[in-house]
Amino acid sequence: MPSVTRLLDDSAMASALSRMAREVVEKSGGTRGLVLVGIQRRGVELAARLAGLIGKTEGKPIPLGKLDITLYRDDLSTIGPRPRVGETSLPDTIEGRTVVIVDDVLYTGRTIRAALDELADFGRPRRILLCVLVDRGGRELPIQADVVGQTLDTTGDDRVDVAVKELDGRDSVELVGGAPL
Amino acid sequence: MTTPSLGKDLIGLEGLSADQIRLILDTAEPFKEVSERAIKKVPALRGKTIVNLFFEPSTRTRISFEFAEKRLSADTVNVATSGSSVSKGETLVDTARNLEAMRIDMVVIRHPSSGAAQFLGDRIGSNVINAGDGKHEHPTQGLLDLLTLRDRFGRIEGLKVAICGDVLHSRVARSNIWGLLKLGAEVALCGPATLIPRELAELGVQIIPRIDDAIAWADALNVLRLQLERMQAGFIPSLREYNRVFGVTRERLDRAGKDVVILHPGPMNRGVEIDSDVADGPHSVILPQVTNGVAVRMAVLYLLAGGAPEWQAS
Repeated sequence: MPSVTRLLDDSAMASALSRMAREVVEKSGGTRGLVLVGIQRRGVELAARLAGLIGKTEGKPIPLGKLDITLYRDDLSTIGPRPRVGETSLPDTIEGRTVVIVDDVLYTGRTIRAALDELADFGRPRRILLCVLVDRGGRELPIQADVVGQTLDTTGDDRVDVAVKELDGRDSVELVGGAPL
Repeated sequence: MTTPSLGKDLIGLEGLSADQIRLILDTAEPFKEVSERAIKKVPALRGKTIVNLFFEPSTRTRISFEFAEKRLSADTVNVATSGSSVSKGETLVDTARNLEAMRIDMVVIRHPSSGAAQFLGDRIGSNVINAGDGKHEHPTQGLLDLLTLRDRFGRIEGLKVAICGDVLHSRVARSNIWGLLKLGAEVALCGPATLIPRELAELGVQIIPRIDDAIAWADALNVLRLQLERMQAGFIPSLREYNRVFGVTRERLDRAGKDVVILHPGPMNRGVEIDSDVADGPHSVILPQVTNGVAVRMAVLYLLAGGAPEWQAS
């Protein structure tokens, strides 16, 4: 039986997100030209939450986008096509803006590598930041997050499951298969 | 949840399950957006080589495949053989084997003989996509028609689609019939008795002899191109006569007193099987069909491209 450790529950996730929202504004140097882009699937929901939180404190709506990186993966010929390709939609332009990529879990870094390539095909942002709910280590590429909800040490056998209310009916982060070191 | 794969080749819609057809249509959705980007290109098929092997003249299908391939970053080579000089059998296979010896990943083939795509697919390790073989099938055309209907109506199940005109010589008709029936649509055929093969009724399609009755029955008409050489062959008395009896005209549609969506696989003979004010009218989806063609072909290329071709595995 794999062990399951609850790392964040409802209220812990809520406070992590509000801290992350503040840090995003801080590190972006304000909200001028700020765009939040969520990576399919759960990054999209997290980006929408963060945009909502920032929009509320700043008193103005924050532009949102979503990115599906399936077609930019580097493993099509080894593991075959991912059959479900999701939607990509970005605000009218990302040229000269500060784009914050939002994802649920940062692991090998390959998803973010693909996201950077895809963003480059849409324009040249002034800056790109990375914001993740969980950084679980295990990087295979030189990529790091600027804003992190929770840092974890994990092994390759572990799985980190993020659930969000919009898709899963609850907010939680669970470590499956091993205990945090 | 297990996802159906498409296998090695796409030969026809007859050989696909409803789930496989839906997989292609669903995969085509995000590819529509790629063609709307400023940079209309994603790297999904980077490093794949695709040969477009056309033994029959084609403009629209060849260009559509080529755009699909290029927008997925594949490298493409076009081989156009003027139809008559190429003999069947060994020559076809020899051509393909020679191309395969150059380490290609996929072949898109258009050929005047029914069964040519299957024949090729059985003999080479590369993926084969049928871009029209004789009177057999033109699966990507069938798929783009399905996608266009689904866009317009939100569903295929329960739709009434009449396929009008030269069904006898039409691979588009066959692919449409298979695809529509598998996804639960009702299909009728309408046209001169000389051009409607009776045996198709066995597949579960109805035959409506009069175009006015077909229009009254249908939610959508797929108006086939009347191949003009059929007149010399005696299938129809004259083009004018054909237009008078079977032409889809504004007047006929007005008389039906309801909206009927109009599809046509192109190229059109304006004033023969379809009148200009119908082709250019508000219920025509003929140009959306062309746009969807690129997305559907991208989806098929993408879904077939996964995994290594046999010559790499061995």
